[in-house]
Amino acid sequence: MAISMHESVDLGRPGETPPPGAAKRRSPWLGQHMGTALIAAAGGFALGHWAGNAIAGNYENVAGSGQNNVATVLALSFGVLGWLIGSGALNYPLAKLVGKEPAPEIEEVGWGRYFRFTLDHKVVGMQYIIAVLLFLFTGGLLAMAIRTELLSPTTHYFGPGTYIAVVSEHGTVMMMMATSVITGPIAGWLIPLMIGSRRMAFPRVEAFSFWMFTAGYLVILTALPFGGFPTGWTGYAPLQTQAAGGMDSYLVGFAVVGIGMITAGFNIIATIINYRAPGMTWSRLPIFIWSLLAVASLLALATPTLVTGGLFGILDRTAQTAFFVNEHGGSSFLWENLFWFFGHPEVYIMALPGFGIVGEILPVFTGKPLFGYRVGAAGMLGVALLSFFVWQHHLFQSGINPDMRPLFMLTTELISIPTGFIYLTGMGTLWKAKIRFEVPMLFALALYFNFLIGGITGVFLSDVPVNVTVHGSFFVLAHFHYTIMGGLIFAFFGGLYYWLPKMTGKTLNKTLSLVHFWMMFIFFNLTFFPLFIVGLLGQPRRVFEYAQRLQGLNDFSSISAYLLGASFLVFTANFAWSLWIDPKPAPANPWGSRGLEWQTPTPVPFNNFERIPVILADPYHYGEENPLPVADLGVPVGAGVGSGGSGGSGPSGISGTTLIEGGPGDV
Amino acid sequence: MSAQQTSGAGATEPRHGMRLLAMWLVISAIADPLFWFLAGPHMPPGDMTTTASGAQSDFNVLMMAALPVTLGVWLYYGYAAVMWRASRGGSDLIGGPKARSNLRVQAAWIGTTTVVVLAAFVYGTVELVVPAGAGGGEGPQPIWTPTSKTILPIQVIAQQWKFSYRYPTYGGFETDQLMIPNDTTVAFHVTSLDVIHEFWAYQLEVKADANPGTDNVAFTTTKVLGNVTVRCSELCGIWHGAMFNFGHVVSKSQFQAWATTSEAKLAPVTKLLPAFSWSYTPDANGAAGGYYPDNADKYNKIETYGADKVSVADTKIKSS
Repeated sequence: MAISMHESVDLGRPGETPPPGAAKRRSPWLGQHMGTALIAAAGGFALGHWAGNAIAGNYENVAGSGQNNVATVLALSFGVLGWLIGSGALNYPLAKLVGKEPAPEIEEVGWGRYFRFTLDHKVVGMQYIIAVLLFLFTGGLLAMAIRTELLSPTTHYFGPGTYIAVVSEHGTVMMMMATSVITGPIAGWLIPLMIGSRRMAFPRVEAFSFWMFTAGYLVILTALPFGGFPTGWTGYAPLQTQAAGGMDSYLVGFAVVGIGMITAGFNIIATIINYRAPGMTWSRLPIFIWSLLAVASLLALATPTLVTGGLFGILDRTAQTAFFVNEHGGSSFLWENLFWFFGHPEVYIMALPGFGIVGEILPVFTGKPLFGYRVGAAGMLGVALLSFFVWQHHLFQSGINPDMRPLFMLTTELISIPTGFIYLTGMGTLWKAKIRFEVPMLFALALYFNFLIGGITGVFLSDVPVNVTVHGSFFVLAHFHYTIMGGLIFAFFGGLYYWLPKMTGKTLNKTLSLVHFWMMFIFFNLTFFPLFIVGLLGQPRRVFEYAQRLQGLNDFSSISAYLLGASFLVFTANFAWSLWIDPKPAPANPWGSRGLEWQTPTPVPFNNFERIPVILADPYHYGEENPLPVADLGVPVGAGVGSGGSGGSGPSGISGTTLIEGGPGDV
Repeated sequence: MSAQQTSGAGATEPRHGMRLLAMWLVISAIADPLFWFLAGPHMPPGDMTTTASGAQSDFNVLMMAALPVTLGVWLYYGYAAVMWRASRGGSDLIGGPKARSNLRVQAAWIGTTTVVVLAAFVYGTVELVVPAGAGGGEGPQPIWTPTSKTILPIQVIAQQWKFSYRYPTYGGFETDQLMIPNDTTVAFHVTSLDVIHEFWAYQLEVKADANPGTDNVAFTTTKVLGNVTVRCSELCGIWHGAMFNFGHVVSKSQFQAWATTSEAKLAPVTKLLPAFSWSYTPDANGAAGGYYPDNADKYNKIETYGADKVSVADTKIKSS
């Protein structure tokens, strides 16, 4: 390993379990946790606000507005810093800076650990699950408000300023949530278990990503008390430069979430490359891990553009630079380019993990190996690579580089080819299969159904002549909800239903799960399909007034949206009921999966694997007479454990040599 | 979709591939003509202009490919859900190398999707270049221009939160009425005074971003008389949803009468406006509400894009 985590960290030294009682265990509530983080964040906010007013108190961006962007930006930045300090995220680097040796981290138990800065990727994963659900439901409530306003073309429930603030907040919250909805919780929980590692490469960085993500949530929420922002999630300048205080929350919030995304991306890349167990060759890597490798490369390479763009925006609004100000030599096209140079890879950040999850689910419930594994993995990398070359298709009618439109039309349509690979793997796996329609499988099949509509309408959007009709209309809105919600969010819930029994050791109520699925699937389609027609008939996005003749379709969509929202109440009830109120223990391997993560005990021990496993086969040997065992979980001393990039010492404990097999027959 | 047919069939197994192929051909043969003849002629944005009817036929052509692809994939999933359920029993031994990959199927799939995608690209490019940008914004120096003998420039000025129009060949008067002569090629010069807007003349099939300080040109040729809905389709602030107005395609003589009358009637107002320019810069003291014409010398020439005349009547080019 090029970067040493240093010996002080007991956690994750492969081959060693931390000696029990090595460090004194005390109540988690005495140390730093989310409460102290909140207090420090509030203190930082107040300090920053005071400092901003002291520096630039005589300057108001909009005369008479009473808002000072310097104070707002400093308040938010110091607030985030306070959040990190208060949570303990900076203890280790700060201690190192002053030459002290930080106290070793130990395994934490009990409820308190879920509110603390912790290095156990499984705890961070559970923290992430709750956080993304909170994010998702916040955005969902805002969506309900939007659909309520659109019940009538002329009667308004909100003023135009409130409405546009709600629309912008909904879009931004959802996009921030979607960047991490799988790469945070499910991937954070699973990557080490799937590749046979005891931890992520950089456990502190993983926890840091989570605390940045939650800080971003708090920052974007502050937009509402500041009066919201009017730009939508795209934040186009000069409207951005002109907007009031909520815009600062958008710019700082995206930068904060962006930094969390970049660190998460590098961490995932480092983990997958370096922390695979011996025998976990590239051709045995689960397809979900391939999708995460593709996503992580996008997180690491595309997100810096967003952070930079956000910084330019902040400087324009505070230090009066002119990056996006046409009159002073800047260009509003610069923001459009920077934003979409991030924004389109972002779309695939949100699509690819979903493909990875269904790629894991399908073989289990068809009893067949994944068809065209190599093609599927290549498809994901191909999509990731091409996603950097398509961003100007968002700007076809903008007047930038009009002669480049055929090129961007070509690159955009070329993405259909690797995306088609992913359908090929799905369809090939179903061929003459033995399908079990369990809840995760239903979500996986729903992804293929929904994403097909999203993908095909994407081809219409990529066609420049047709784009003239549909650009900026509800057609676009329906299209990307079909890809992000119909794809990613369905995959996320499929993944939750599939892995929660492993993560929590508890069984989710099947009836409620089925009710949730069918409500979500039916009302998702009934909400968004009519919006394609609404868009074709001429309704632009983000409007609160529309043609009278479109009221029928809009109302249909709104009522379906309420029922779609209700489906998440069913999920929440199921989640709370099955995990806390009336928990029922889950079987060790309820779906009969051969995945490595299912071969560990439940609950998964602190260090995941007592011995670093030796991987013997890929996890897709379903439907074979004498399938190879997936891994040797306990190997004799000196059998090569510790090689293969796991970067640690050899085994020191003693364990039996059990060959673990999985399969539908072993439930 | 040809990819599904290639896997072999067992002795007792039905020939799934052939069945699927047959069903797919049947539903495609039903769906495509049904759409083409029943829905196609009514698809937005109608046929009021050349670009509108062009977009309509492009949409319908894409639909001819999209329907069989979508229905084929759905058919496959539906067929699998019915035929290949675990509850139907059968051998458990369905894995092994043959289930893992099939070179012919994979090659056929990749080949087919590549051909379809490249065909869509070639078709889209032709349909973009030949109708001079297909009504989309082409920036200040369009490279694909119409071939008509007459071209009427209309400037669209977007600002928070309204559209107004200047007619440079009629003395540069400004109005919030959008009047367009029929059977005429129009060059819309779209610009903004503040933030980014988008001029979307729905029935005309014209859409171009209004960028401050930029002249974004889009072409179309009117064919049918009627009303036009203009909406802003780029979020521009709180009243974005209320930023719309209506235009009219009228006969050439009606237009000529309206334009000359307006020119005369509005002459005193026109004198007070900033000199006609292809874009305008807000006064540095923006609160005062003044606008400077941008680069007036450079741009005051009215681009004809190769046409002989720049208006409906034989009005001479009046540069401001």
